[in-house]
Amino acid sequence: MSVTLPIYLDNNATTRTDPRVVEAIIPFFSNTYGNAASKSHPFGWAAEEAVDKARAQVASLIGADPREIVFTSGATESNNLAIKGIAEMYAEKGDHIITVVTEHKAVLDTCKHLEASGMSVTYLEVDETGLIDIDVLKAAITGKTILISVMAANNEIGVLQPIREIGAICKERGIIFHTDATQAVGKTPFNVEELGIDLASFTAHKMYGPKGIGALYVRRRAPRVRLSAQIDGGGHERGFRSGTLNVTGIVGFGEAAALCQAEMAADAARLNDLRDKMEARLLAEIPECQVNGNREHRLPGLLNISFGFVEGESLLMGLCDVALSSGSACTSASLEPSYVLKALGVGDELAHSSLRFGLGRFTTPEEVEWVTEKVISEVARLREMSPLWELHLEGVDLSTVQWQPH
Amino acid sequence: MPYSDKVLDHYNNPRNVGSFDKSDTTVGTGIVGAPECGDVMKLQLKINADGVIEDAKFKTFGCGSAIASSSLATELVKGKTLEEALQLQNTDIVEELALPPVKIHCSVLAEDAIKAAIADYRQKNGIAE
Repeated sequence: MSVTLPIYLDNNATTRTDPRVVEAIIPFFSNTYGNAASKSHPFGWAAEEAVDKARAQVASLIGADPREIVFTSGATESNNLAIKGIAEMYAEKGDHIITVVTEHKAVLDTCKHLEASGMSVTYLEVDETGLIDIDVLKAAITGKTILISVMAANNEIGVLQPIREIGAICKERGIIFHTDATQAVGKTPFNVEELGIDLASFTAHKMYGPKGIGALYVRRRAPRVRLSAQIDGGGHERGFRSGTLNVTGIVGFGEAAALCQAEMAADAARLNDLRDKMEARLLAEIPECQVNGNREHRLPGLLNISFGFVEGESLLMGLCDVALSSGSACTSASLEPSYVLKALGVGDELAHSSLRFGLGRFTTPEEVEWVTEKVISEVARLREMSPLWELHLEGVDLSTVQWQPH
Repeated sequence: MPYSDKVLDHYNNPRNVGSFDKSDTTVGTGIVGAPECGDVMKLQLKINADGVIEDAKFKTFGCGSAIASSSLATELVKGKTLEEALQLQNTDIVEELALPPVKIHCSVLAEDAIKAAIADYRQKNGIAE
């Protein structure tokens, strides 16, 4: 089987820019390089026309009106703009936000920032599959709740939250609904009208577009959502986000969105098939491993799996020919297990030995097969070397052993 | 993460992986570390009548540096008397494997494992330290 190493299986971190997207962008560097805000000459007009086309492509992907798309530098900025912008704009109405413990740091840290300035934030827990409980969400709503922010798809485990139900609750209670849809848009059907969403953050580079360009969907009617701008200046993007438009990025975003709209169903079916085969083989051939997150409500192509009795860093070392993410942020000697896996109740040891495989548009069946084989052989090799696996095979319950921690 | 060639060599081709019978009176077993810390090392020494380590085996749950440290430890102790083995220090392992500061604890664990295995052997055989 022929594969080129290293193999890229980290498509939930970022994706390769589709060559068709690159091709669409190139003329906007050297030929059509005008400032989209220049109204007095053809360079500006051409740039503006390209931005208009891309805005329509991005809007179409999520079922929005082009006037509801605010271009930003990426999903982190979109999350900041949405949450801080609402907190400021609706401060007189209330001071309470509801979000979830497994959100991306761009949401959690923004909420923490607001807490420091007096907002009150409820962080909903999740069940062992990563899903929130709708009844708990309803019970958390107070008369002061102005915003509910729940991500559409989780970046580590891929769990898809019940966005439609949350949208309906928000509509009924008159609360603004923001979703961090970074992982969901372009990979799974996502329509702001059908789902009842008021604000949605997403970014081009997770959907085969370039880095440094994202968007915030801002609902214009029923209800008309208002926001306090976080970046002031020339009043671009209808005053929501000043700064010269990133025309090359926007053109690439538009093209990427159009490609996703056309190919999403086929891509998703193929990636689910590849992922399911990989998952089935790993579960069948490796004892004592577990899939993390809800397997029914899950992003296409994502697999998060933990291997017992194997240490995570050594496993990553064995898989050095594969680009993937692990369940611990081990940038130093202090291993910090993933807070998402922790929220699911996954123990620290299993969290450390968890891997996130992110398959994407350019992943081949041969690559998936190569990686599957490699994981099976590396786990077996490391377990052969593991005193914990030996004790486990002898029938010893490791929780009863007196260890000598260092 | 940059690993030295020697760490990679021991990780890819670990020496002396395995186990001896724990109940054998010529075998000393040391198990150090804890799963929640991410490192558990088991080091076993087979000691002959002259008090010389004739064989050593290890099993390690831990990062590549921990695996390399214990693999190297088995090589270093073979052929040494217990007294000589007790003279080994973690710095010998740090130097040989070119461990970075964040991985020093792996070498400390290996030194502790040698000491624990010798203590276990002495205790089993009623030898005072």
